[in-house]
Amino acid sequence: MLHLVLFLIFGAVCIAGAINLLVQRHPINSALSLVVVMGSLAVEYLLLGAEFVAAVQVIVYAGAVMVLFVFVIMLLNAGEEEETRGSRVAILFGIPGLTIGSVLLAWVLIARSGTDAVTLGALPGSPRSIAQLLFKDFLLPFEVTSVLVLIAIMGAVVLAARPEAVEHTKKEG
Amino acid sequence: MVPLSYYLLLSGILFACGVAGFLIKRNIITIFMSIELMLNGVNLSFVAFAAHWQALSGQVFVFFVMVVAAAEAAVGLAIIIAVQRTRETLNVDQVNLLKL
Repeated sequence: MLHLVLFLIFGAVCIAGAINLLVQRHPINSALSLVVVMGSLAVEYLLLGAEFVAAVQVIVYAGAVMVLFVFVIMLLNAGEEEETRGSRVAILFGIPGLTIGSVLLAWVLIARSGTDAVTLGALPGSPRSIAQLLFKDFLLPFEVTSVLVLIAIMGAVVLAARPEAVEHTKKEG
Repeated sequence: MVPLSYYLLLSGILFACGVAGFLIKRNIITIFMSIELMLNGVNLSFVAFAAHWQALSGQVFVFFVMVVAAAEAAVGLAIIIAVQRTRETLNVDQVNLLKL
């Protein structure tokens, strides 16, 4: 019962944050509501027994990625977005489509759901068991992601560097 | 006990909000945040199914999704900085040419 109540509370916070992201016009407000969404999703993960994923969600997503977003918003001095013809068309077609899609989704999920329930705390989602899986069965994908992150770092540095700085290093090298 | 379908419903709503933001928003940074919202919705259904089938690989997949999302955020924000530097706008309607 307590689990259900917690799920409903944090699910409501999550959805409210997601809708607030859409409604706000200033990007910094959208970024902060995305932090709220990610924080409440971490609680949902804890309710599912996924401790490691919850911790990584808070550290990587709500911490690192969102700090990067807020940094870029402040660096670029992004202001309010102006409404254009394209966004009005998107609203005109998007809202009926979204309504139809979510009603269909809700109908399918509620009509087809049996009595099977997620038993909470039954899953061994502790860091120890995740690590055993990650470093045994998924060792190769793990190493490949490290290469991916390395490439992403280099790409970010090259892309964000000022053109003059790149020219300068080319001449020196 | 919370039924699996509730988690899937929440995940679907988050994904739909992400799609809506991707289509409605005109600020390139907000569009990028909508993509992150979609990834979060998918992650939630991964974890819910992992708990449902008692299989930990779902949580490992979430870990990989997070790594890819972090890499994507770093590169994407660098591209946004480059776009802002060359065009001095963040509105996607004004960024309609690959070459300046």
